[in-house]
Amino acid sequence: MSDAPALVVENLSLAIGPAGLVDGVGFQVAPGEVMAIVGESGCGKSVTAQAIMRLLPDAIRQTGGRILLGGRDISAIPERAMRAVRGQLMSMIFQEPQAALDPLTTVGSQIAEALRQPLGRVRGEVLRMLRDVGISDPERRIDQHPFELSGGMCQRIMIASALISRPAVLIADEPTTALDVTIQAQILDLLRRLAIERQTAVVLITHDMGVVADIADRVAVMYAGRIAEAGPTAEIFAAPRHPYTALLLASIPRLSDVPKSKLAVIEGRVPSPSEYGPGCRFASRCPRADARCAAETPPLRPLGDGRLTACFHAEAMA
Amino acid sequence: MIRHLAGRLGQALVASFGVLTIVFFVMRLSGDPTLLLVPEGATAEQIAALRHALGFDRPLFVQYLSYLADLARLDLGESLVQRSGVAGIVAERIPYTVELAAGALVVALGIGIPAGVAMAVWRGGMVERLLAGFVLTGQSLPTFWSGILLILLFGVHLRWLPTSGADGLSSLVMPAIALGALTMSTFARMTRIAVLDELSRDYVSAARARGLSLGAAVARHVLRNAAIPVVTIAALEVGNLLAGAVIVETVFAWPGIGQLAIQSIAARDFLIVQTVVLFVSVVYIGMNLLADIAYAVIDPRIRLDR
Ligand SMILES: Nc1ncnc2c1ncn2[C@@H]1O[C@H](COP(=O)(O)OP(=O)(O)O)[C@@H](O)[C@H]1O
Ligand SMILES: [Mg+2]
Repeated sequence: MSDAPALVVENLSLAIGPAGLVDGVGFQVAPGEVMAIVGESGCGKSVTAQAIMRLLPDAIRQTGGRILLGGRDISAIPERAMRAVRGQLMSMIFQEPQAALDPLTTVGSQIAEALRQPLGRVRGEVLRMLRDVGISDPERRIDQHPFELSGGMCQRIMIASALISRPAVLIADEPTTALDVTIQAQILDLLRRLAIERQTAVVLITHDMGVVADIADRVAVMYAGRIAEAGPTAEIFAAPRHPYTALLLASIPRLSDVPKSKLAVIEGRVPSPSEYGPGCRFASRCPRADARCAAETPPLRPLGDGRLTACFHAEAMA
Repeated sequence: MIRHLAGRLGQALVASFGVLTIVFFVMRLSGDPTLLLVPEGATAEQIAALRHALGFDRPLFVQYLSYLADLARLDLGESLVQRSGVAGIVAERIPYTVELAAGALVVALGIGIPAGVAMAVWRGGMVERLLAGFVLTGQSLPTFWSGILLILLFGVHLRWLPTSGADGLSSLVMPAIALGALTMSTFARMTRIAVLDELSRDYVSAARARGLSLGAAVARHVLRNAAIPVVTIAALEVGNLLAGAVIVETVFAWPGIGQLAIQSIAARDFLIVQTVVLFVSVVYIGMNLLADIAYAVIDPRIRLDR
């Protein structure tokens, strides 16, 4: 992974009205690498993905930061130029695969849209892509509508449409959350294999530490619009250095768990953007919080092992 | 799909039979037309003789059964006033009403649907506010009032268009606008809601993430999805158009079936009124069946669900 990064997000900040949603988020992803963004619902993962695609809802503004795609800053290029980026250099898949496909259009035509050609002209290429994402009987499936396919198959269709023009970056926003556990594992395997084969940089958004463990090379843990801790997955799982990461890890169900034993749950709730104050945003729920945590924002700082942590108590956790 | 259509057809037949029955009895509540037909100064015996000849001395229910029997033989009867076949009299007027309704539908669809799409796509801006004002105007002016305003402005004041009658395309313009205005507003509002609803769906974000412009996503995906609720309204609106035609034809002296119906009610020419009502129900049923077929054409989930 010594390649130049395919995607660099620097200091991204987003706001809705006066309230900041995302505050100085940054990370990078190399070709062929899967980087997970993990955090509880509402912490700003989806808006971060939309900001990278430049598809933010009208109400949300980018207030700072840069997005470099293959070294080029795309955060201020005109919408016309951005259309040449979307689907070609950078693609996205969604949480509800069936909702992400137009119910009235055949899946083949929707995949062909990414090639900017009518299906008739690129049928062979689409069929090859369908085979590549593991759709059996592609000759029949290509002319079917989303309602004739299962959720897992629809997600494979979405992956096909996202990767057919060989983009450098794929953003996957909770791609398996709506699927059954067995299908979930198949889709994650598929993403992993395609990322390596095609050298695609994958940003995988999830709220599930189990998914991170399955697929991610590196992980960024988000809390309330900020990155709490980031680094190689193995390192972070072995020794979390942020109390929030530690609690998230303790909440993963394990096979060795006694059935019906209580999972560790994090007390309290995530503050909403209008409640963000000074200091560490996790302080109100943190077992280690002290006066300094409530007053001062802990900076995201390197700990020397390739990891970044935003906690005053990181050393004490070693 | 075929079974569904057959079911709908059955329902529609029952409904129009009901309407026909109501019209038959309501028309007769106000008395029979004998007095309007006899010459002035006729004796009571002459009146009774005519009443007997026309069959109005029979009990109402017997008259009703005899009407149904004629109808079953596709015999629509004779006009009491004009002394000629009802079928011919009504058929002569139908093309005018069809022309008027078609003109109104062109106004309603041609302006209403693009206006609705524009209001949804450019929501929250100047475009939406301007169009919303326009739509509200079309919706709040009563048909007879907007008809009279149009005549005063374009017919009397500017002298651009003829004030009444059916003589070529120029005479159709004002009646079509007066009749189509309300339907145009309905289409604009419904289209706006349907398009807004579709725009918020994930498949629109997904299409844009694939590199489609918002306009291309609307053209390729949103319009077809939004068409489904709009088609439902369109079928219902044709009924409203025919009802509105009664007023517009009277205001503009347009010789269609609406005008004929008003004249015939005044003359108690029962069979003509009943035949006009029958025609309107048949058109209404036809439109609803057409809508059902349109759903199947638009939506594969209906088409393939046998
Ligand atoms: N379209 C929107 N309009 C207003 N607020 C939004 C919108 N989308 C997201 N938000 C707000 O932004 C914050 C982050 O949301 P999101 O990125 O969806 O969280 P996550 O994906 O991590 O669950 C939430 O507080 C949410 O309420
Ligand atoms: Mg989300």
